[in-house]
Amino acid sequence: MTEPQNGPVVTLQEVTVEYGANRALKDVSAAFGAGAVGLLGPNGAGKSTMLKALLGFITPSSGAMRVLGLDVAQKPLEIRSRLGYMPETDGHIPGMNAVTFVAYCGELAGLPAVDAMQRAHEVLYYVGLGEARYRNIETYSTGMKQRIKLAQALVHDPDLLFLDEPTNGMDPKGREEMLELIKDLALNKGVNLILSSHLLPDVEYTCSQVVVMDKGRIAAHGPIEELKEPAGSVFELRVKGNSQTFVQILEQQGLQCYATDEDVMRVFLPGGRGPRDLFALAAAHQVQVRHLRPSVPTLEDVFARAVGAE
Amino acid sequence: MPIHDQSYRRYGGTRESARSAWSVIALTGIKNYLTRRAFLFVLFCAWFQFFIQAGRIYIAAAYPQAEQAAGALLKVTPDTYYQFLTTQGFWILVVSIYCGAGLIANDRRANALQIYLSKPLTRAQYIAGKMTILLTFLLLITLIPALLLLLLQILFEGSFAFLRAHPFVIPAIVLGSLVQSLVASFAMLALSSLSTSSRFVAILFAGIMLFTDIIYGVMRVMMGTNAVSWLSITASLRQVLDVIFRRPLSYDTPVVVSFLVLLALMAVSASVLERRVRGVEIVK
Repeated sequence: MTEPQNGPVVTLQEVTVEYGANRALKDVSAAFGAGAVGLLGPNGAGKSTMLKALLGFITPSSGAMRVLGLDVAQKPLEIRSRLGYMPETDGHIPGMNAVTFVAYCGELAGLPAVDAMQRAHEVLYYVGLGEARYRNIETYSTGMKQRIKLAQALVHDPDLLFLDEPTNGMDPKGREEMLELIKDLALNKGVNLILSSHLLPDVEYTCSQVVVMDKGRIAAHGPIEELKEPAGSVFELRVKGNSQTFVQILEQQGLQCYATDEDVMRVFLPGGRGPRDLFALAAAHQVQVRHLRPSVPTLEDVFARAVGAE
Repeated sequence: MPIHDQSYRRYGGTRESARSAWSVIALTGIKNYLTRRAFLFVLFCAWFQFFIQAGRIYIAAAYPQAEQAAGALLKVTPDTYYQFLTTQGFWILVVSIYCGAGLIANDRRANALQIYLSKPLTRAQYIAGKMTILLTFLLLITLIPALLLLLLQILFEGSFAFLRAHPFVIPAIVLGSLVQSLVASFAMLALSSLSTSSRFVAILFAGIMLFTDIIYGVMRVMMGTNAVSWLSITASLRQVLDVIFRRPLSYDTPVVVSFLVLLALMAVSASVLERRVRGVEIVK
């Protein structure tokens, strides 16, 4: 295990990544601190592109990136020896069982063969595949394949983990177990990790910091608790009448608002304004307030404010 | 006896240099193929010619009167090794298809490239590791048996007279085997990187070899000359082997042209590999 990292584990300076005419990352500058950092954003925000650029799969058209204090362009192999990557899509070496595959990945990462095999057994037990480790990977279920991807990322004891949608396709119990593993790695085992996901609950449960991306840019970043504290208050609101029109009216008044899955809206009232202002607006536009309750700020509010409400 | 902790532990052991990753790929691949009975049978069949030639060399050395009676049939010359290598061309095709078609295609099908390239190894090391697997088996059916035949000849004859008379034989065997094996390896790996189906790659490889031969045959008839042998990969290989073994050329094609064809084939293959072996496919 190498010495603990002081300062950010990953930094990006004005990084631009282009796929032809499409700019997937646009002058992105960010710093990911030690510990567990969530990389949040809707599909197509540029999260996976950022991870792949940091891994060296994609060369940015401009900008500089550093991982664990090392320049990605200058020292890619050294970075990858200290980094574990759990890809979003399924991937394995064909024709191998789990323990052979994970041991092979350990050897590729530089572990001696004997150590790699021992570590393979250990990490497979850790991720919950101990009993199935001699089965061919091609016979695994989706949840098991997610676990094996985590195992191959952990086998060489990386200082930094990139987890790209780690709970993809998992059932609720499997998802819970995966999140527990990730939390354990970050909190108890001292592994820095960047969790890229579009699932807010996953990020909120496992991470202490978050970077929110939207359309190739950083929309918000910082400790989750700080970001959740708006300068004002949050209310749940349900109205009878034309709710869409009322949302527009609220936004015209400078009040941020977005609708949740149910017919409830979440309204952010800045400091100095209170529920009486909502009632006054509703009365002025003949909208009946059916439900108004103070709410606790959530990461969903942070995300909605950052990427724009629906 | 302490109870072993099955939770995640930090690793405090040694790590090897990133430069050795290609050897991990190569050794694992070689061991994998050597566990397959069908492949071992193919290797055994590929060595059949060795046993026949070994018997011939023994008879020629142990029964000189038989050699005098049989004439060119039993006489061992540098041409014997040339014929051995050219005849092994069929088994080069078979082993390349069996062993090489899935080397990269299977990895692409299973999305393994992102796993490989997220480890501390370069694309060049990945390709080198895969190529070593195929090259090892191709040299196992060309270089090794040819050198063993030479060794048997020396042992049966009890002298180095043959080598003293033909000192170029050893470098010719080495160079000839390498040319055959490298051309096949480059071409097969490039084709393997183009597809996710090893069967398709196998058909494509065999098809290209056959197609170039057919094209050469047709053009030879149409133009009335075999100077168009550069159209055929196998004919170009034979022409280069003729030069290596100091034989009269089989075709009227300038040797430089045949050599350039093989070189171009390897260059194009290398270019294809460079474009296809990536951690992520970018669709523009």
